[in-house]
Amino acid sequence: MVVSVLAASGLRRRYGARMVVDVDEFAVAPGEVVTVLGPNGAGKSTLLRLLMLLEKPDAGRILFRGEPAHPADDGVRRQLAGVFQDPHLFTGTVAENVAFGLAARGVSRADRRRRVAEALSWLDLQPYADASVRTLSGGEAQRVALARALVLEPAVLFLDEPTANLDVNIRRRFREDLERLLRARAGAAVLVTHDASDAFALADRIAVMEAGRIVQTGTPSDVVLRAATPFIAAFTGAELLLRGIVTGHDGALVLVRAPGGATIVASTPDGDALPAGAPAHVAYRPEDVVLGPMDVDVTTSARNRFRERVIATAPAGGLVRVRLGGDVDLNALLTRQSTQELGIQPGRDVYAYIKSVALRAFPAAPAT
Amino acid sequence: MDVFADALRQAIALLVHRDPYVLQALWLSLRVSSLAVIIAMLTGLPVGVGVGIGRFRGRQILVALIHTGFALPPVVVGLFVYMLLSRQGPFPGLRILFTPGAMVVAQSLLAAPYVAGVSLAAVQAVPADVRLQARALGASRLRALWMHVREARVGIVAAIIAGFGAVISEVGAAMMVGGNISGQTRVLTTAIVLETRRGNFALAAAMGLILLFMVLVINLLLARVQSEDGWRRRASERPWS
Repeated sequence: MVVSVLAASGLRRRYGARMVVDVDEFAVAPGEVVTVLGPNGAGKSTLLRLLMLLEKPDAGRILFRGEPAHPADDGVRRQLAGVFQDPHLFTGTVAENVAFGLAARGVSRADRRRRVAEALSWLDLQPYADASVRTLSGGEAQRVALARALVLEPAVLFLDEPTANLDVNIRRRFREDLERLLRARAGAAVLVTHDASDAFALADRIAVMEAGRIVQTGTPSDVVLRAATPFIAAFTGAELLLRGIVTGHDGALVLVRAPGGATIVASTPDGDALPAGAPAHVAYRPEDVVLGPMDVDVTTSARNRFRERVIATAPAGGLVRVRLGGDVDLNALLTRQSTQELGIQPGRDVYAYIKSVALRAFPAAPAT
Repeated sequence: MDVFADALRQAIALLVHRDPYVLQALWLSLRVSSLAVIIAMLTGLPVGVGVGIGRFRGRQILVALIHTGFALPPVVVGLFVYMLLSRQGPFPGLRILFTPGAMVVAQSLLAAPYVAGVSLAAVQAVPADVRLQARALGASRLRALWMHVREARVGIVAAIIAGFGAVISEVGAAMMVGGNISGQTRVLTTAIVLETRRGNFALAAAMGLILLFMVLVINLLLARVQSEDGWRRRASERPWS
């Protein structure tokens, strides 16, 4: 059994009366990239500070390579390094900033110079070595902050929303650099973000956090395809299809009657939570909706086929978002070519096909 | 209007010919006020930094006290120091009343609140996350604190300049505890009072011009230093690209 490089159990942290972090288990394997994904206010940054030994928890313990670790442990803390949303560069040159952690660890000047030059080359920052940090743009500053942490070759690298302050174009470039560097290095990383696409691009494993608790851990596809709660489904990009009543089960699938009377066949994380007669939410992803002409009757593997009429279309980042009404109200995401070939325009009647595994049913709160 | 023109003309002549009486007063002013500011730094900087960074009960009261110190009347401070150093006071054997030493004591008390107050503001303007970031890179608590103070160094320089500006042109305390003794405790400000009363307007004006010039230079320096400091604020308001 592999010993986690970092493991926490029973972590609790309270600010005043509010429980900000309430995490039973959290572990990072050597070399693994774990993303903590959740909305603002979920407690992710606090969890990060606790794991980085920058803040003392009210309860619980943290193990580094199997040994207990505390905020006072300078030795353990120096095996970790962090990058925050705001780069917090120190007044001085880029090279001086990147050398900071090395100087704090007593690394000799010659070794510092060599390692700083190496770290700058990882992020194409060599031309900036002697530049004052005041002259840097936001993207450049964040790259310097990353170099400053990577040069320390930490056993665990921590990143707190590193792209949150960056422009969209710079964010993409930074994420590519980060992906490349995280894969190239041997150490583990914990990345905190509210951006689901950051999480999916970078993580080996995702921990979804809500209101201080970790509500699901798994690979990116686990979290997306087998979301454990509606919150997770919505947070990872699913949309709510409708609210209906469970009419029965079909093996692992559940049958839900829509308000209009149509029957929906959906998958569910927990069939026992949805007995017949119970209210249910059904979530789907617009990209999983397949449209077909109504004058053609095909048999597909999709268990759901709905009669729909196109209400409106709108461009959506190179694709087309199609709003449909009929048996159920839903949205589809098509390529422009497909919309042209099918003649998708307001008023057109189509069939909408969705596989049962692409629909997720969750218990809904009882109607008042 | 002749009185102004005459005084000005003669004052410039005194300055150009480096009148020894004027230069002596200038030199003493610089020595006393500089020493006073150095002492004010030793007391005011730790207080300013400690109150600026620390979070403890009673902090707000301390901040208010420091700000009240900005408005201390020099003559009242002079009175206090006079009483402190007099033969009936707690240090009868000290005997520094009517010497530059007493003036340094009084002016350091006047300058300390300025040094503390401006350095407090400077340190508060640096985001506390700078310390967090330093620690996240392995710095000890002390080193992290140093990085925080280092980021405020421009503001701290402003604090020292402000302290100097507060005392170089005060007359109340210098007069009270120095006594304006020729060649011993006569600084620019106390000399101006004396020479004006005697009707030596040219002499008084010469020293007044020097004082004005010094105050101008101090304020230009302060303005320069504070605009220098603004880069961080401006940078954080800039849209990141």
